[in-house]
Amino acid sequence: MVQSYALSGQKELNKSMNTELRKNITWVGYIDWTVRDFHGYTAERGTTYNAYLIQDDKTALVDTVKAPFGHRLLQNISNLTSLNSIDYVVCNHAEPDHAGALPEIMAALPNATLVLDQKCMDALSEHGDMSGWRTKIVKTGDTVTLGNRTLRFIETPMVHWPESMFTLVPEEKLLFSMDAFGQHYASTQRFADEISLGTVMNETRAYYANILMPYGKQIAKVLKQMDTIDIEMIAPSHGLIWRTHIAELLEAYGNWAAHQPKRKILVIYDTMWESTGEMARAILEGASLNDVDAQLIHVRSSNLTHIATESLEAAAIAFGSSTLNNGMMPMAAAVMTYLKGLRPQGKAGFSFGSFGWGRGGPEAVHDFMESMKWEMLREPLKSKYRPSSEILDECRNAGRMLAEKAKEMA
Amino acid sequence: MKKYICNVCEWVYDPEVGLPEEGIEPGTPFEDLPDDFVCPECGVGKDEFSPEE
Ligand SMILES: [Fe+2]
Ligand SMILES: [Fe+2]
Ligand SMILES: [Zn+2]
Repeated sequence: MVQSYALSGQKELNKSMNTELRKNITWVGYIDWTVRDFHGYTAERGTTYNAYLIQDDKTALVDTVKAPFGHRLLQNISNLTSLNSIDYVVCNHAEPDHAGALPEIMAALPNATLVLDQKCMDALSEHGDMSGWRTKIVKTGDTVTLGNRTLRFIETPMVHWPESMFTLVPEEKLLFSMDAFGQHYASTQRFADEISLGTVMNETRAYYANILMPYGKQIAKVLKQMDTIDIEMIAPSHGLIWRTHIAELLEAYGNWAAHQPKRKILVIYDTMWESTGEMARAILEGASLNDVDAQLIHVRSSNLTHIATESLEAAAIAFGSSTLNNGMMPMAAAVMTYLKGLRPQGKAGFSFGSFGWGRGGPEAVHDFMESMKWEMLREPLKSKYRPSSEILDECRNAGRMLAEKAKEMA
Repeated sequence: MKKYICNVCEWVYDPEVGLPEEGIEPGTPFEDLPDDFVCPECGVGKDEFSPEE
């Protein structure tokens, strides 16, 4: 006996939320309005976990949602069809925000076969008990025919995990792109063209910078494959669905994957008694040239997500820290560690900061930047206690050099 | 010398090229890579590599 998930009171609301992408291809995911800390990602606008139902001679569910929201997904499906009628569940990505509800979903869909690639099978079997699940392993180029529509699979390793996969519906020119092209953005709209393009591109950039930046090479490979496919709609597993501006979206992804810099510099710093802060403002002043986007970021007034997002397109970065206990300040170290893991390529920069008796803050930053293989534009710029007017002049000069470098690079 | 492919991310180690950024000279066969060698793309160890057909 299959439990009924269609609640009468909620039926109207859910119906209006079950947006159709194409005839009988419907969004059935969950809008997470309240999440702000998404495994450390500051999701200021919440997010969505997108799942899609394709009803043809056979019925397929593409992706699920984060636990504990599986019952919401089942309600959305129940508003459209019986849970008995689901033939396939496609798992494009084993990460818990998309597969966390899978155990609940598989238990509720008595006739469903889980469609996944071998690496997804390996990953899911390490996440929990899959016994009793019917499974079908697919690889790139394999298809599942639903009737008038077909599912075609494209393995996309490391975009975002080893098992990641796209599912294409060629007849509809519709690509389910999983994390790629997504955004953490909760809204009642389902399509990117229903909100301002600037807002959706900013969120797309933030998502790319914080989730996908390390995988530029693999993304470039996927973009090349996409060149040969006719695509009119891209439906990611987070945020809004793209049915316009696809060329611009692919171009932006191409630039990010190639670590293409813009005429943009950042002055990022942490400070104890504002000596390093004064230096940072002098560097910014020197870097404030026409045609260069220069931004000042105080580490403890900002957050890791914002800093990574702004770093993505920056050509050059000055990074400062006062000296604390013979090293850099702990939140500056957190930013450096996070950035290093994201592997931003081809940047230039220098370190700066103050010290009192012990040494080590700006030097530690310098070593960290060097370990990321950034082009170091100068030795650490240091000030003993408060910066003198000579040191502030040196900061202005160093700032100008940073901005000139950005102009040369982009 | 045989090329090896990372099972996880499909990055290919080409012994002709080596990995100079990591101090691995061109001409170093996969077998001679240090035990602590990791895939430069995804970070897995040598045991996650297979000979490329
Ligand atoms: Fe993911
Ligand atoms: Fe995700
Ligand atoms: Zn790898």
